Amino acid sequence: MNSLFPSIVSRSQSSGLMNFFVPIISIVLTLITGSIIFILLGFDPVYALYTFFISPISSTYGISELFVKATPLALIAIGLSYCFKNNIYNIGAEGQLTMGAIFGGGIGILFHDTSAFWLLPLMIFAGAIGGALWGLIPAILKSKFNTNEILTSLMLVYVALFILDYLVVGPWKDPFGYSFPKSRPFSESGRMPLLFDGLRVHFGLIITLFLIFVSWFIFSKTIFGFQLKVSGYSPKAARYAGFNQTTLVFFAFAICGAFAGIAGLAEVSGPIGLLYRDISPNYGFTAIIVAFLGRLHPIGIIFASLVIALTYLGAEDAQLFLQIPSAVGFIFQGLVLFYLLGAELLINYKLTYKKLL
Amino acid sequence: MNLDLILGILQIVLIATTPLVFAGIGELVTEKSGVLNLGVEGMMLVGAVSAFIILVITGSYFLAFFVSILSGIIMSGLFAFLVLFLMSNQIATGLALTIFGIGLSSMLGKQYIGTPIDGLSPWFFVIFSFLIVFLVSYFFYKTKAGLILRAVGESHNSAHALGYSVIKIRFLSILFGGSMCALAGSYISICYAPMWQEGMTAGRGWIALALVVFATWKPERVLIGAYIFGGVTILQMNLQALGLRFPGQFFSMAPYVATIIVLVLISSNKLRIKLSAPASLTIPFYKGR
Repeated sequence: MNSLFPSIVSRSQSSGLMNFFVPIISIVLTLITGSIIFILLGFDPVYALYTFFISPISSTYGISELFVKATPLALIAIGLSYCFKNNIYNIGAEGQLTMGAIFGGGIGILFHDTSAFWLLPLMIFAGAIGGALWGLIPAILKSKFNTNEILTSLMLVYVALFILDYLVVGPWKDPFGYSFPKSRPFSESGRMPLLFDGLRVHFGLIITLFLIFVSWFIFSKTIFGFQLKVSGYSPKAARYAGFNQTTLVFFAFAICGAFAGIAGLAEVSGPIGLLYRDISPNYGFTAIIVAFLGRLHPIGIIFASLVIALTYLGAEDAQLFLQIPSAVGFIFQGLVLFYLLGAELLINYKLTYKKLL
Repeated sequence: MNLDLILGILQIVLIATTPLVFAGIGELVTEKSGVLNLGVEGMMLVGAVSAFIILVITGSYFLAFFVSILSGIIMSGLFAFLVLFLMSNQIATGLALTIFGIGLSSMLGKQYIGTPIDGLSPWFFVIFSFLIVFLVSYFFYKTKAGLILRAVGESHNSAHALGYSVIKIRFLSILFGGSMCALAGSYISICYAPMWQEGMTAGRGWIALALVVFATWKPERVLIGAYIFGGVTILQMNLQALGLRFPGQFFSMAPYVATIIVLVLISSNKLRIKLSAPASLTIPFYKGR
């Protein structure tokens, strides 16, 4: 006879198979929980799940929107994986995104009357610089003053949002904008080119895929990627090996900030076209979920960004057709992360039923 | 400056700081047992919205606070289950709790935005916030149970070897933290602001987390830290109200900038942090067989 409850036994080696299956298990469990929530709210779960997860992507336009939402999520998430691989908890990507939008968007506003080809590249560069500088603040505070990067990077999100707010109601306000808190629109040459006529999916997607490829190369083929991984698994081993932890912290934060900054610039020069208060529906925070769900692996992050982007679209449709507040999307995002973290147990431990008799 | 004005400002500071004290002391107890719960903001929001909804439906202040604290216990119980029994990463799980709490609270509260309620006088809670800090301090340093809790936070293996149930003690500490965060949230939606607004805690949960570091994990210092932050917040509001020609956004960011500066000043002494932080903080406890 076996005991009723399984006992948890440590694995000698973490399970590669489970590493692959855990995200899938967590998505399935989230869908089951989602159906239960919909039933409790009094909806037909099949219809509700269809509205949430299928109907948003049942048209070409819908699929394009999926990629529009997945672009910033994937780009920030791959940036975050530079930090998370090294156990650096940068949770302020939303602030780095905002700063990238401010720097890059600032260039766009400064040169609003040019049609030169160099405008967009310059804006992207400025966006990367802005995000990287904002990311370097917690890096400096962590390595020079031993200050917890979780709290400082988060506080800087609020600071960045207030700076953006100041700029769009103050010095950068559109002179022809009827006192709305928004900047003047960027010139056509400061906008991300659209990939297809009539669809909003833009060149930011190509940039994202390129940077994901570069990151894959860095993670798997370079010494720097190896150092990141080692010092994440075992800080002591990294120290004995002579890896400079301070340098790693700086690079991780700068790269993550730059990627988030580019994501922010791609948003304002892509779908939005100007600066205003609410440029990001929490992409910087949601990307944390994408990074974990994708298990910090480039390919995983691509799939995870599509799944999480779908929760954004589904939430909009749920609000439109089912009158469920769109915040339900955040609930799904939270749930998927809960299940993922819980199920991660299966990677390093196994469940066995002890023999009682 | 006349006396009335000073007393008036003092009153406002007391009222504004109280939620920071509740959330800070709750998180401090959780961290003392060796668990870092980054879900403070999420638990505060769910606490705030559940208290508000129950008050609108039943009209009973007692029920409102009761259900709110219950919601904090459920939220933190979920966190505790994941980090204690499934040994999940505490930092990621806490973030998940905050994201989940933001979503849940704005979904539940959607139809209650703008609903008017009669606010409750804050003074009982202001006094209670001082009392709870001294009770926690007494518990930690004058009782055996407090000593055990601290031992679990410092070295869970030693505490386990002495026969104490690490999991049970951490579970209770997490639940206490959760109920205090929910109380802080319900105080904001019922006494401080009397209203419900999405994300109305405005980062106070994160400031509470910073307070614990500022306090170097000592209960009375949470009070000092909370009143510095509360003071800065009220000061910037008053300066903004004076209508100086300086943009308001720069005043609004003052509490967050102040938090960063204070954290830097406290943490730059590496030895102090190393000596005062619970040694087992964020390390999962695996009993083996």
